[in-house]
Amino acid sequence: MEGLTKSISWIVGLALIAMLFYILGDIILVSAKHFSLNFLLDSPFSGGRKGGIYPIIISTLLILAVSLLVVIPIGLASSLYLAEFAEQNSKGIIVIRKSIEVLSAVPSIVFGLFGNAIFSLYLGMGFSILSGGLTLAIMALPLFITTVEKGFRSVPSNYRLAAFSLGMSRFTMIKSVVIPYALPAIFVGIVLSVGRALAETAALIFTSGYVDRMPESLFDSGRSLSIHIYDLTMNVPGGDINAYKTSLVLIVLILATNTLINTILKSWYKKRIAL
Amino acid sequence: MIKRNYPWKTKLSEKECCDSSPIIDVKNLSLFYDKQKAFGDISLEVNRGCVTGIIGPSGCGKSSFIHCLNRMIELYPSSKVDGDIYFNGKNIFDSRVNLMDLRKSIGVIFQEPTPLPLSIITNIELPLKEHRFNNIQERAVSALKSVGLWEEVKDKLKTPANNLSGGQKQRLCIARTIALEPDVILMDEPCSSLDPISTEKIEGLIHELKGSYTILIVTHNLAQARRVCDYVYAFWYDELGSCGKILDSGTCSDVFEHSQNETIRDYVGGLRG
Repeated sequence: MEGLTKSISWIVGLALIAMLFYILGDIILVSAKHFSLNFLLDSPFSGGRKGGIYPIIISTLLILAVSLLVVIPIGLASSLYLAEFAEQNSKGIIVIRKSIEVLSAVPSIVFGLFGNAIFSLYLGMGFSILSGGLTLAIMALPLFITTVEKGFRSVPSNYRLAAFSLGMSRFTMIKSVVIPYALPAIFVGIVLSVGRALAETAALIFTSGYVDRMPESLFDSGRSLSIHIYDLTMNVPGGDINAYKTSLVLIVLILATNTLINTILKSWYKKRIAL
Repeated sequence: MIKRNYPWKTKLSEKECCDSSPIIDVKNLSLFYDKQKAFGDISLEVNRGCVTGIIGPSGCGKSSFIHCLNRMIELYPSSKVDGDIYFNGKNIFDSRVNLMDLRKSIGVIFQEPTPLPLSIITNIELPLKEHRFNNIQERAVSALKSVGLWEEVKDKLKTPANNLSGGQKQRLCIARTIALEPDVILMDEPCSSLDPISTEKIEGLIHELKGSYTILIVTHNLAQARRVCDYVYAFWYDELGSCGKILDSGTCSDVFEHSQNETIRDYVGGLRG
């Protein structure tokens, strides 16, 4: 029986890995044939069939920056409040927690329509990088808050007691003990938010829009990499090759952010905390 | 009972380390967790400059008791304290008491060594900064020297405190506490997670600190209590067996050699516990 379970686990595991490698391999092989540095530096034309994706990369990074600028401060403050200050069993906190849970399960198209209604129409931001970034921020916040709050909670209570026993204020305790200790979780939260933002299409179609020109300000519409891929495959006959190449760029971007953050974090953790 | 000779006991008469005014005076203190009473009606005095021990079996409220003395107990949810504690003649439950200052004056050493997840030197400097001391570096170094840790760590002050051994961590915690120049150091079974060699070092340290600091130590280890304490309070369960109270108290020899209380006599003689 155990042998059977083991082999099933192996088969499933290998199948998953195979799938990942098939997708990666397909993307890499097809794009490698046509890839050149100009693709990263040129503007697209002919609906994206020709040219590069320079303005699209810039729009993506701008959307990402807007959403992180909102997610990180608000997310940190909320998770810190939930973990360190809130009366855990009070009705209000239970409602807040449930809401966060529900929000993290809402499909992204709903966030897209919400963002369109609130930011684009009601607040008059139109189809713009700003409304796209803000919509993504709302979408990423629940995930960020849950991840980071878990990190704050994993700080051993001994440390809190020790800090208080030395007559430290709560502020110093949080600044010098809780936040450094929970830093890995904070970065995991950032990585997850970046991943979620880069992968998003549905929420952006209605908020940051389709325009593939170079944005001049945050109030311009801008096309993200994932929307570019979607558009090239669905709406542009003959856009396949450039869709492949854009996918490669997107995947490399995501892997690079993850690796970078992980490396920084590991060396820092070893130097400072060492458990 | 075999009578043993303790050189430091003969060297230090009780008068030498203590003056007559108690630094801590506890009056009718009771502690409740929810409705459950942890200990009741404890009254005791801690003499300035002495080592006072609290002995007794597990679960009779010894640790909870010393956590009341600098109001750390308020950090535990649903704890409620009844009674008064006077520190240097002032009631610590007075609303005008500054908790940060109180905890600076009455430090705690925990059962598990708990250095903060920072470097060795920051562990000492951070509380010093918090309390706005000057000459922080000198103070930190002299604290490390006074616990005998300086030679062992002087080349790795910036490395994480968690890399130290258990005994070193505990001495670092003591250094961190005495750097703040407290009046009283509460020790909650400071050696219970340490090996015999580290324990010996900590006990030696207690002897050195005595006189300059008032030390209140909770210990399960009766031999340790005999070695380090000038005065001993023996806690025991009350008649219902659920909450703690003081059964006997006095100088170390009063309690260990001629206790008037039968339970405590049996306990220190090793017949119960």
